[in-house]
Amino acid sequence: MFAPMMKKEEIEIRLKRFQTLIRRLRRNSLSFGASLVILAIVLIAIFAPFIAPYDPNATDASKAMLSVSRQHLMGTDIYGRDVLSRVIHGARVDLLVALVATLIALGISSFLGSLSGYAGGWLDHLLMRIIDTVMSFPSFILAMGITAALGNNLVNVVIAIAITHIPIYTRLIRGEMLHIREREYAEAARTVGNPTSRIIFYHLLPNCFPPVIVQATLAMGWAILTVAGLSFIGLGIQPPASEWGYMTAEGATYIVSGEWWIFLFPGLAIMITVLAFNMVGDALRDILDPRMRGVS
Amino acid sequence: MSAPLLHIEDLTVHFHTDEGIVEAVDGIQLLVPSGEIVGVVGESGSGKSVTALSILRLIRKPGRIIQGTILFDGRNLLDLSEEEMRPLRGSHISMIFQSPRTSLNPVLSAGWQIERLIRLHKKEKAKGAREQTVQMIRQVGIPSPERIYHEYPHQLSGGMCQRIMIAMALATNPKLLIADEPTTGLDVSIAAQILDLLQEMGRRTGATILLITHDLGVVAGYCDRVAVMHAGQVVESASVKKLFRQPLHPYTMKLIHSVPRVDVDRIMETIPGNVPGLIHPPQGCRFADRCQWVMEICRKTRPPVQTLDGDHLVACYHIGNS
Amino acid sequence: MGLSRYLFKRLLMVIPTLLGVTLITFTLTYLLPGNPAIVKAGPFATPEHLALMEKEMGLDRPIYVQYWRYLSGVARGDLGQSSSTGRPVLEDFLQRIPATLELTLASLMIAVGLGIPLAVVSAVRRDSFLDHACRIVGVGGVAMPTFWTGILLLYIFFYYFGLAPPPLGRLSSGVPPPASFTGLYTLDSLLTGNFRALGSSLHHLLLPAVTLGFSVMAPLTRMVRATMLEVLSSDYIKAAEASGLPQRQIVYGDALRNTLIPVITLIGVIFGFLMGGNVVVELVFGWPGIGNYAVTSLMSKDAQPIQSFVLFVSVVYVLVNLLVDIAYGLADPRIRLR
Repeated sequence: MFAPMMKKEEIEIRLKRFQTLIRRLRRNSLSFGASLVILAIVLIAIFAPFIAPYDPNATDASKAMLSVSRQHLMGTDIYGRDVLSRVIHGARVDLLVALVATLIALGISSFLGSLSGYAGGWLDHLLMRIIDTVMSFPSFILAMGITAALGNNLVNVVIAIAITHIPIYTRLIRGEMLHIREREYAEAARTVGNPTSRIIFYHLLPNCFPPVIVQATLAMGWAILTVAGLSFIGLGIQPPASEWGYMTAEGATYIVSGEWWIFLFPGLAIMITVLAFNMVGDALRDILDPRMRGVS
Repeated sequence: MSAPLLHIEDLTVHFHTDEGIVEAVDGIQLLVPSGEIVGVVGESGSGKSVTALSILRLIRKPGRIIQGTILFDGRNLLDLSEEEMRPLRGSHISMIFQSPRTSLNPVLSAGWQIERLIRLHKKEKAKGAREQTVQMIRQVGIPSPERIYHEYPHQLSGGMCQRIMIAMALATNPKLLIADEPTTGLDVSIAAQILDLLQEMGRRTGATILLITHDLGVVAGYCDRVAVMHAGQVVESASVKKLFRQPLHPYTMKLIHSVPRVDVDRIMETIPGNVPGLIHPPQGCRFADRCQWVMEICRKTRPPVQTLDGDHLVACYHIGNS
Repeated sequence: MGLSRYLFKRLLMVIPTLLGVTLITFTLTYLLPGNPAIVKAGPFATPEHLALMEKEMGLDRPIYVQYWRYLSGVARGDLGQSSSTGRPVLEDFLQRIPATLELTLASLMIAVGLGIPLAVVSAVRRDSFLDHACRIVGVGGVAMPTFWTGILLLYIFFYYFGLAPPPLGRLSSGVPPPASFTGLYTLDSLLTGNFRALGSSLHHLLLPAVTLGFSVMAPLTRMVRATMLEVLSSDYIKAAEASGLPQRQIVYGDALRNTLIPVITLIGVIFGFLMGGNVVVELVFGWPGIGNYAVTSLMSKDAQPIQSFVLFVSVVYVLVNLLVDIAYGLADPRIRLR
């Protein structure tokens, strides 16, 4: 792969590569199905208010704790709220949080990782030590700590997840950058007289991305699990918002009396979403194969 | 010429992959007389390694030996069950591979990897096996064998690792030693030492050696006979003398002429085109697209193998042209 | 020798890592909303009393001084005060650690004892029924939120089948805990021959350990299987086959050995997942461990325990990884020598 300097050619080549990717993804029907699932979930999240049959926050004491029925495909909870509508709206929260956190992490990591990889020296050393220290924490535990410290709201959850993900992306981008900074086109860019920042961010960085895309897809699943986990504990989401982890926690208290639908469906939603992301991520990794050794 | 120790006839090996059936080896014939060093030479992908693995019946899914006979010491190896085949591996027929460092188990000591084969195949007890191992290490030209016995592959150089592999292969006194590109990845000077060693050990133990290589120079320097493979087929085989003096197949000619020479002043030649894909190979001669004397019939039917001069085999419609 | 150098380097690295960990947790503690002086002084403190308390706690000093106080406090074992129990956090921890330890060990045994053999057999018998089942479980298990699995199992085995005990703790009410030696009820009851306590504690431990164990087993099995497959397709295994060694010896001797060595480092990675999952499992099953304590304190607006919990768990994680690296250095001849 190379980074052409012409704008139009660049776009054409990238488009072609994207089409090849889609074609190869299609060949494996299982992962193609998974990518359709992701698409469906994203659409559900976007169009939630139009898809959900009821208002997720509408309480109705007379309809409390109804099991699965034709009117309420996933039943109702203790406040009479329709579980299906809540699950649909929950997609918004979980996906959005995971996505924003991932994008922030990617943004910061791209900057740090490419700088570190290209410049080397004490900057690289220092950054790697910081990264190592952050990675000395089990990621969920660290996310807990950060959210608890910053305050109990969703923004802080996003920050917490972003922070726990930055080390992985940074290492990855740095590794790729180390690889390609000695390549011919980098040398060419240097000799032509491009300013260093342009070399790093315009010419070299885009070529670091394929393994990062794979990791990001897989990390989305982890991000969703983390949001749900934090909300389950009570960190991040505030009632009455619908969020899958929080809903599972709500439903947990009722299993002793046998009301299973309140906890089951949100948890199932989490599982299906994470599964879909993992499968697509694995398929992407297989496609981009030999470069992927060592990424888990 | 002594009786053939190994006689391969009409061997065909296919690999069933996602992209299609790869016809890796297609109806080859190979004669290896006892006590000689026979070379198999060809580009990568010509089927040399697959042939070697087929002899030892190590072709695994998705590969399958479709047909053929491999006569070793009078027995057809392809008729044997796995149970009957295994005792032959490592004891009657041994094999050494390229990249010696990765062909040795990194977590076992060099000596143990030799000794356990001696224990297994020669049924030796601990003390005797240990002594024989040390002897063997010494024989392959490694100084202080007692110390090397305890070392691990990562502590040894590439050349030493290959010597250990040779020791592993010859410790059991096999009749046939298959060497699959044993010098790839080694320094030129080390490679020469290894080849000298192989030749010497072959002479000493009387083992027959099947030397697989892509290097014609190696063939010229060490082999008695040679078979030339192209795209899964044996296109020519003869004694080394005859082959170099009078190559008959266009591919062989091109191969020989493409070796750069300091004594002859000429432009470096290359062989045009690429090896044809083995998934839907051409039904005629597989060299047709790259051949300068190609005729209509070459593309239609595969050229049959002709025997000239008693032991010079060639598969070409254009014999004698040059 | 290579080994002692490796160990020395590794040990040396632990110190700055631990310092870094304390630095981060200090930052988090520093970021805690609220004035810790109020917590200590109590809700009825006068402004002068508060100012005095602040001075005493060094809250008016520059950051690096505060960090030093924090660090020396931690070294002494001062992890702060819990406003909900009113006791030092360390004391609360010590009381609850045995429960967490028991759960963690049991889950680890399940994950490793089941996960590794499963992965090995799955790699050896590729594309068999077992392999497919293993891969499905692996892929699915990684996607299942641990808390959800726990609740699901509770629903099935507690509510529906009535086989599991209610998620109220480590023993059934009416069964007194065994004499305390290790604090692990299962071990203690075994040691003292208290079979009633043994049965009850095992009964209560089963479901939470299975939940946590399975959730950790999924990534472990995937990684071990991948390693085994890679090893099985390596050059030296091919060479071993060519040398006539029996298949059994090649797979369960040579290949397995080469797989298990890197798996040692995997155990360290798994431990991180274990710690994370511990928290939610303790919550779901009412298991009285430190994770449960940290979270329930937080729910009562008592933030100190959770920060100390983060510190504690991370220090343990760092030390476990150190042990893992030491074990790996001993096991792999490529590190042990030269």
